[in-house]
Amino acid sequence: MEKKATRHGYSEALIEMGATNKNIVVLDADLSRSTSSELFKKKFPERFFNVGVAEQNLLGLAAGLSLMGKIPFASTYSVFASGRAWEQLRTTICYSNLNVKIGGSHGGILTGPDGASHQALEEFALTRVLPNLTVFVPCDFLEAKKATIAAAELKGPVYIRLGREPLPVLTTQETPFIPGEGLLMKEGRDVTIIACGSLVAEALQAAALLEKEKISARVINIHSLKPLDENIIIKAARETKAIVTAEEHEIYGGLGSAVSEVVVKNYPVPLEMVGLADSFGTSGAPEELMRFFHLKDVDIVAAVKKVITRKG
Amino acid sequence: MDIAQLEEQAKKIRQDIIKMLGAAGSGHPGGSLSSTDLMTALFFNILRQKPKEPRWPGRDRFILSKGHCAPVLYACLAELGYFPIEQLLTLRKLGSCLQGHPSCQDVAGVEVSTGSLGMGLSVATGMALGAKFDQSDVRVYCLVGDGELQEGQIWEAAMSAGHYRLDNLCCIVDNNDLQIDGRIKEVMNVYPIADKFKAFGWQAMEIEGHDFKQILAAYDRASKTKEKPTVIIARTIKGKGISFMEDQEEWHGKAPNKELTAKALKELE
Ligand SMILES: Cc1ncc(C[n+]2csc(CCOP(=O)(O)OP(=O)(O)O)c2C)c(N)n1
Ligand SMILES: [Mg+2]
Repeated sequence: MEKKATRHGYSEALIEMGATNKNIVVLDADLSRSTSSELFKKKFPERFFNVGVAEQNLLGLAAGLSLMGKIPFASTYSVFASGRAWEQLRTTICYSNLNVKIGGSHGGILTGPDGASHQALEEFALTRVLPNLTVFVPCDFLEAKKATIAAAELKGPVYIRLGREPLPVLTTQETPFIPGEGLLMKEGRDVTIIACGSLVAEALQAAALLEKEKISARVINIHSLKPLDENIIIKAARETKAIVTAEEHEIYGGLGSAVSEVVVKNYPVPLEMVGLADSFGTSGAPEELMRFFHLKDVDIVAAVKKVITRKG
Repeated sequence: MDIAQLEEQAKKIRQDIIKMLGAAGSGHPGGSLSSTDLMTALFFNILRQKPKEPRWPGRDRFILSKGHCAPVLYACLAELGYFPIEQLLTLRKLGSCLQGHPSCQDVAGVEVSTGSLGMGLSVATGMALGAKFDQSDVRVYCLVGDGELQEGQIWEAAMSAGHYRLDNLCCIVDNNDLQIDGRIKEVMNVYPIADKFKAFGWQAMEIEGHDFKQILAAYDRASKTKEKPTVIIARTIKGKGISFMEDQEEWHGKAPNKELTAKALKELE
């Protein structure tokens, strides 16, 4: 299967939109090569602003540009976009409900050898708690492209979590991307795996492994972490009576928490979470870290088996 | 060490840096090599420390605010005996204490974890304040990048260090004139650097950052200055010592492959 990085879906969408919409402006904080926003800069240098190593200012300038009618896309690493500039995001952008779009690249453990300081494992928790903010976690290149286009069309602040490593392209041009709606990737009866980002591919592989053992697993892709598709989650709880969540992120405050909140309020069923648990990341090769932190298909399989034994 | 010995030591540190990065396959040579001479003089001639007793309370403190230059810090620590030299080759590997950016929970000699730019000078200022409070003669040194100066927190720290007249604090700016996306002036101009620090009540010195005579004189003057923190703005060359890396922005955050590692090591013979 073809592999491409979500950060490149982001920049490709920016370039496409930039050609027809003069209000699209792009900002970066000395990481334009890594975030790939430099591709936009090459095409539209007059609509690109590099603020230097200054992420708080990055979001502040984007806020100002939005107030002047522009549609700013601010790009930097996830850890700085969601962490360093969090209060600018909260009070300036979300509280004022400004039309600012944020592309957080190098999210998650796949950032690899740079180590814990650069691996954003808290950004779902940090962003989904903010009123007015829409949070997208695309699972592949095409979905990232659609998420970026959707972000420009939505009014209000949007955060898009992007990654450095190439991921298998699971969706097609025709796959719909509807903000706030989960995407059914595979039908199943015995359990539902609810995943986002890089873990959607692992979830599909896990479902294939489970099939061989006569366990029928449904797979749902939550590309919109906020607003969250409660209906698809409640339906999964009701119909399959067991859920496993999977994310390249902390389970506390992340997708695991978000899904649990819906499940316990509406239709309590056993639930297991795959993700990091109260832990910083560490240096290592990306794939090696996925195994080290138990984020692989086999780990999802193990969680499914565990959750099934807990079914009434 | 005399100047000839320091030069020899700096060459060893540069060799260590290239070897570690070659083995790691990723990391940041440019800023590690530009700050090697400043770091060598500091670690081998200036800092009071006991490598076998890294937590000795009387030690001078050093903070690598530009944490991506971890290789130069690790090389200095290893050469001084904080940990075995062989360990350098585990840089950035799973399970290694030598994380991509310095982790104080993992390495003796690292005072605080860094990697997110702009944070170190505040911590150094806090340490200097603590030392003053204790009436101790501990001195605190902090290395920052010139691109890093674009972070607002740097200037909040500068304001507070000037306000508290922390003459036990010395900030070193590795002025290699490059950041990731290009020349400092073109990306986001931070010049004039000396005037900015002076406006916050600092003593500012501008030196050649590959001239040991000037480096040692600057450290000496900083330690004798009263009532003011000192900033040493050292003009350096990014990638210094390796012909194909010198002043090349592409060598900010890229490790040499096998062939280029060998070539670089040959230049350092
Ligand atoms: C807060 C933060 N923003 C961005 C980065 C990514 N980054 C790493 S190095 C660097 C450029 C730093 O330039 P400079 O301070 O001049 O370092 P040097 O030239 O000494 O390597 C950037 C933007 C970071 N580590 N931390
Ligand atoms: Mg620099």
